[in-house]
Amino acid sequence: MKKSLFMGALLALGMAATTLSASTLEEVKARGILNCGTSTGVAGFSLPDANNVYQGFDVAVCRAVAAAVLGDPMAVEFVPTTGKTRFTALASGEVDVLSRTTTWTFSRDVDLKLDFHGVNYYDGQGFMVPKSLGVTSAKDLDGATVCIQVGTTTELNLADFFRVNGITYEPVPTEKSSESRSLYQAEACDVYTTDASGLASARSTFADPDAHMILPEIVSKEPLGPVTRHGDNQWGDIVRWTLNALISAEELGITKANVAEMAAAPTNNPEINRMMGTEGNLGEMLGLDADWAVRVIAAEGNYGEIFENHLGPNTQIGLERGLNAQWTDGGLLYSPPFR
Amino acid sequence: MAQHQDFKKPTFELSMLLYDTRYRSTSFQVIALIFFFSLVWWLVNNTMSNLAISGKDIDFSFLVHESNYDINQRLLEYDSRSSHGRAAVLGVLNTLVLSAIGCITATILGVFVGIARLSKNWIVARIMTVHIEIFRNVPLLLWILLIMSMVAHSFPVPKHFRGADPIATMKLFDSVALTNRGFYIPEPLFSNGFGDMGFFSNSFYISIDLIVILAIFIGSIWASGKIKARAKRIQEETGIRPTTWYLRLGVIFIPTILLLVYLGFYLGYPELKGFNFKGGIHLRNSLIALWIALSLYTSAFIAEIVRSGILAVSKGQTEAAGALGIKPNVIMALVILPQALKVIVPPLISNYLNLTKNSSLAIAVGYMDLTGTLMGITLNQTGRELETLLLGMSIYLTISLLISAVINWYNRRNDMVER
Repeated sequence: MKKSLFMGALLALGMAATTLSASTLEEVKARGILNCGTSTGVAGFSLPDANNVYQGFDVAVCRAVAAAVLGDPMAVEFVPTTGKTRFTALASGEVDVLSRTTTWTFSRDVDLKLDFHGVNYYDGQGFMVPKSLGVTSAKDLDGATVCIQVGTTTELNLADFFRVNGITYEPVPTEKSSESRSLYQAEACDVYTTDASGLASARSTFADPDAHMILPEIVSKEPLGPVTRHGDNQWGDIVRWTLNALISAEELGITKANVAEMAAAPTNNPEINRMMGTEGNLGEMLGLDADWAVRVIAAEGNYGEIFENHLGPNTQIGLERGLNAQWTDGGLLYSPPFR
Repeated sequence: MAQHQDFKKPTFELSMLLYDTRYRSTSFQVIALIFFFSLVWWLVNNTMSNLAISGKDIDFSFLVHESNYDINQRLLEYDSRSSHGRAAVLGVLNTLVLSAIGCITATILGVFVGIARLSKNWIVARIMTVHIEIFRNVPLLLWILLIMSMVAHSFPVPKHFRGADPIATMKLFDSVALTNRGFYIPEPLFSNGFGDMGFFSNSFYISIDLIVILAIFIGSIWASGKIKARAKRIQEETGIRPTTWYLRLGVIFIPTILLLVYLGFYLGYPELKGFNFKGGIHLRNSLIALWIALSLYTSAFIAEIVRSGILAVSKGQTEAAGALGIKPNVIMALVILPQALKVIVPPLISNYLNLTKNSSLAIAVGYMDLTGTLMGITLNQTGRELETLLLGMSIYLTISLLISAVINWYNRRNDMVER
């Protein structure tokens, strides 16, 4: 018994040692599959569809990275992580990239030794209540029971919000967002709080979405984005510029439909040419081939298309672009130039 | 002659370490120990160097930093400005509360089921068999989740208690509210209490009332024990046992009751205010789910232990005692149980330890025990996996060792003297 325990520990440490030695890019290429940390199920962001294929806004980022690195957007192994396990999964090398509605904060970036590679969704924490509760503002929630997911920034914002406003609450922590939603629907808590996008996503899965309302207060800034480990800058660059390629593609008008045509021959616009690899050697600088960005966009389209397909007004989730519009349209999306 | 000389002065050779039985066991143990320690050293060293490569260090300073999160079940003063260390202490207390009430109910239920399974009544015995097989053969986590969802979905929502003609009403003369957010029961309050006493430069407070009540009650039980000892002495001298039950009952209860009256004891009832019930003691649905699940699950094991303990005492003992003219209930108390306990108590300890460790499943229903605070939220917010897990493991180890020390002490004290 004791012996087998030791061998197990030895093996685990040995494996940890090997993952630390090789570069992530080489490792992913050798493996032929990208391990992507995702949520345990948030509609619109990451959820398996009827054919058990993961779909969603966060999933699309992983597929884009897989397309850039491996040439196949489907070569992704999705690893469901909870709010609690996600950083350990990333730090231990279990996943190569974490794309799981993760808020970019100082301490996560600096102290947890993570690298955030831009923002794929500008979010903020909100509150959802049943309309029958008769509450119109989050400041009326004195004494309410609030369902939250443990290990999230939500939990900390919640404590701050109630403290600053001098009102009390009873937290009901759960490990998974699905448990929070279930308790909320059973009215074991009055309020469900998470990022506003998550609330919209949750409401879309309820039997009677119109019976619930999202309160006007947005109590925090929640920039969500893909994350990798500290220390592998090349891998970080690939993830960062994959996201930037998706954003720039929308700005430059490259879509899933016309990307092949744009890549076939140099166009008038030098930036498009540089992205498509028909001019310059950006792909080579990144350690990839010249077509990497073509594959990224061919996977699920540009940022706008991905948003439209998974979160937009025509989907169950029904979110407006809001802050997530291009900077040219008054939003915050602003990709550095491909130069 | 020469042979005799050799025998007198044996020269030590290195091979004797292996072939001489006097040294062999020691040398093997030394080799094993060296191997073991080098393995430990290698593991620690490897961990440290890997941590250094990933830029992490071992640092417990987070324990004094603000935790920034709230905990719902608080046995001590705590808010989001308190430290991570304090959050861990609250977690430990929540673990202890859950384990304590779980062990008590599991023991009561287990003893009852174990004895009932030996019943001569066929139906009773079979029902108990079914109870045992159901509860010990389904994973505990499933029971916890099942009971949690039963509580959350089948009990009324607080708002159903509102209005002129409410859907749900409070039970037991309006003193207990059973809701899907947990059960609210009356709390003991004192209108004339002594207040609280601060410990460790007021880092936590303990009610002086509670200390005084406990002191008086324990004193009463000690006095009652003295009366019993006196009765035994008189019985041994004269052969007649004086009737003492009313004396002992009085000694135990009258001082405590007088004290409660002096303190102005009254019950605070829960009341529906705003979104929730206020006042009273709030047993949260997570605590109830864990309590019931842990009790039922562990009771199945305890029942089997009790049954095996009773069956271990041979039937001849009962018959011999009966032949001496001893009454059946006295046979159980003085002949069977002392011998059965000897078999029951040691495995009982491991079940108490199991219950305590199983309470770490609490996070599944969001109960803020040690796994939820220190090894859960604190770990996640600070990213100190190694530190929080090492600390958490050593706390569980300490709790387990304390429990087994206490019960071993009890076992030795009540050990039967065999001739």
